[in-house]
Amino acid sequence: MQLRPTLALAGLLVLALSSCAANGGMENAAQPQTQINISAATSLHEPFEQLAQEFREQHPEILLSDISYDGSSTLATQILAGAPTDVFASADEPNMDAVQEAGLATTASIFATNTLVIAVPHGNPGNINELADLAKATTVLCAPEVPCGSAAKKLLDLAGVQVEAASLEQNVGTVLVKVATGEADAGLVYRTEIANEPTVESIIPPDAHKVVNSYPISVVDNASDDEQEVAKREAAEVFVDYVLSEHGQQVMSEYGFGSPSTSAQLKTEQK
Amino acid sequence: MTAQVDVGTRAPSLVLLPAVLAVALLVLPLMALLTQASWSTLWADVTSPQALQALGLSLRTGLLATVLCTLLGVPLALLIARSSPHVAQVLRALVAVPLVLPPMVGGVALLLLFGRTSGIGQLLEQLWGFTLPFSTAAVVMAQMFVALPFLVLTVEGTLRTSGAAYEQTAATLGAGRWMVLTRISLPLAAPGLLAGMILCFARALGEFGATALFAGNAPGRTQTMPLAIYTAFNGAGAGRESAVALSLLLLAAAVLVLVCLRAWRPGALK
Amino acid sequence: MTTGLRAAIRVARPSFEIDVQLDLEPRKTLALMGPNGAGKSTIVHAIAGIQHLTAGQISLNGTVLSGPGVHLPPHRRAIGLLGQQPRLFPHFDAAENIAFAARAAGLSKRAAQQVAHDWLERLGLMAFATQRPAALSGGQQQRVALARALAAGPKLLLVDEPFSALDVQAAVEMRELVREELSRTGTTAVVVSHSGADALALAERLLVIERGVVVQQGHTRQVLAEPATEFVRAVANSVPAGYESEPEKRCSP
Repeated sequence: MQLRPTLALAGLLVLALSSCAANGGMENAAQPQTQINISAATSLHEPFEQLAQEFREQHPEILLSDISYDGSSTLATQILAGAPTDVFASADEPNMDAVQEAGLATTASIFATNTLVIAVPHGNPGNINELADLAKATTVLCAPEVPCGSAAKKLLDLAGVQVEAASLEQNVGTVLVKVATGEADAGLVYRTEIANEPTVESIIPPDAHKVVNSYPISVVDNASDDEQEVAKREAAEVFVDYVLSEHGQQVMSEYGFGSPSTSAQLKTEQK
Repeated sequence: MTAQVDVGTRAPSLVLLPAVLAVALLVLPLMALLTQASWSTLWADVTSPQALQALGLSLRTGLLATVLCTLLGVPLALLIARSSPHVAQVLRALVAVPLVLPPMVGGVALLLLFGRTSGIGQLLEQLWGFTLPFSTAAVVMAQMFVALPFLVLTVEGTLRTSGAAYEQTAATLGAGRWMVLTRISLPLAAPGLLAGMILCFARALGEFGATALFAGNAPGRTQTMPLAIYTAFNGAGAGRESAVALSLLLLAAAVLVLVCLRAWRPGALK
Repeated sequence: MTTGLRAAIRVARPSFEIDVQLDLEPRKTLALMGPNGAGKSTIVHAIAGIQHLTAGQISLNGTVLSGPGVHLPPHRRAIGLLGQQPRLFPHFDAAENIAFAARAAGLSKRAAQQVAHDWLERLGLMAFATQRPAALSGGQQQRVALARALAAGPKLLLVDEPFSALDVQAAVEMRELVREELSRTGTTAVVVSHSGADALALAERLLVIERGVVVQQGHTRQVLAEPATEFVRAVANSVPAGYESEPEKRCSP
């Protein structure tokens, strides 16, 4: 009977020792890690979490900090104010342009696209069938200042529908919440937002594919020759390439994002 | 010139550095607003129809919220001030909750209680065909939710400390409760009441979180100054400049409020 | 029918229990003396209705004010209180302070203003009628406070050391004024004081309490002449030799 506690204690000791050893081993094996910070638009949360997890496994030499998600505009402001960001993934081009104009972003690449759908509460109490129905219902949109709002405005203009929104929300998330809770009869949100929101139903308007939101990604860099900065720039490029890779694109499409070619095609059409 | 005498009441010099840092922490960000402002477009930004619309809405809703808070808050303050210490403590804690709560939470709570799908919301819609969310009334309610504690606690503190001895004196002179209230308690608490109303108005003017969630952001109807600032800030490029301009306008309003408050502090009337 | 003040006051306090029997004929003045902490203020507050009784009963002119299951609030007792602090309402001028009491007693606004005017004239304070209390001296404030207390028409006036915060000269003048006005208005009064001279000047009868109980009572002059405790002896010794008690004059027709 006396044996058991002793055994348990011994077990604990072994465990403790081995974990120490493991730690020590890791420290010895690891090359000096380069840490990079990523700022990404809120709508990218799910695919980027998956990509980040895979990236960490494949690139132990790069220490990827927790990704900071926020509205593209907030992130752009933070970067312009000197936030230590190494990669910026924006939900629209104007915010990326602002960072580029300040000389902080190198070449930006479109890595995903998104389109809008009409979201209605479960059971569609407002009886919404098309964009024109939004005019007479309690409709919530994104403010035209933010990417999803400017897209919504374009889409409604294309359909020739005038909507007096009950509220112009600051981001697509709160539009969705107001629809999901039934406060609004309808809202225009990104297609990708609907995917895992069981309390809302979506209607794809006929012109949806004509208004495409492009997501650019870029390394953020202050063009310093400092050794550490150069290492960070190179690590950041590895992550950007990972997102643009075939596998990266595969993940994006799994979460409902369109491929960059959609955006390119549309631009050609418009020309 | 008045000669200052050191009677040992001056603060020890050890507190100087942290104190200066504290002031810097509070003042420097506001200075940055001034230095970063784009002065050439400032006037145009501040006087743009959208800005004036938001300012007008803020002033109207803020004033209405202050009046309503006064009508509801003064009786509550009186009740707390005259309750037994135990009851007063409970009531005071209840009133203080919105003070420590993030206003966003208040917005969610208001939405859950008065939203279209809630019991009260459905009743309102059936009886009067009226829905609270996304209405100007919702703005006022959100402002009241966050501003009422300021009024109640300020007035309650004044009522409890300023007049107790005089109220007792008035009672021994044969004055009934109503006469004591209207002629002694309230006039003596007037400086505190005014301070409370100004604080209440200032808080209502700055309210953002609860409004954004409960009332939404519709220009002319629910877009108050803070919401207009946030919306402008969210727009890339030129939007940020007008956000700074509008912030300066709100800052000026806040300074004005504080100047009023200073002028009306008890003892300033001499 | 019982008239005047009949009080059996019992109030439990952490250190000791106050248990005092106190009777007072109408139009008479009783002095209440005792060391600090003897319970004088508690008794005054109990009569005024600010302090609840643990047991006992207080009645005034046949009406029960405090007793088992009865506690008339202060404003319905018609008992005035003139304390050490004048407590003039700071937001009213002198005339308004007095008029407030008259209004509280049910007079019309105009009549109350007349009462205030009459009082200020009699006290020689007409020049200060529109002054706020802060502009008045301590003695002037106490005179206005006395006028205010009496303008309410109290059936009983509690006078709780109103001279102690005044300088010697003002205190003597104030005491004289209180004596005159109590006599003129025929107001029944209980005077709390530390001074044997005050007691001799104002009260026919003296009640001395120590640690919550009565240790000596009787005619003021007699009590001071035959002190039963150290405290009373000290009070008696502090009265200037040859000091003449004046209530005797007041009582004689």
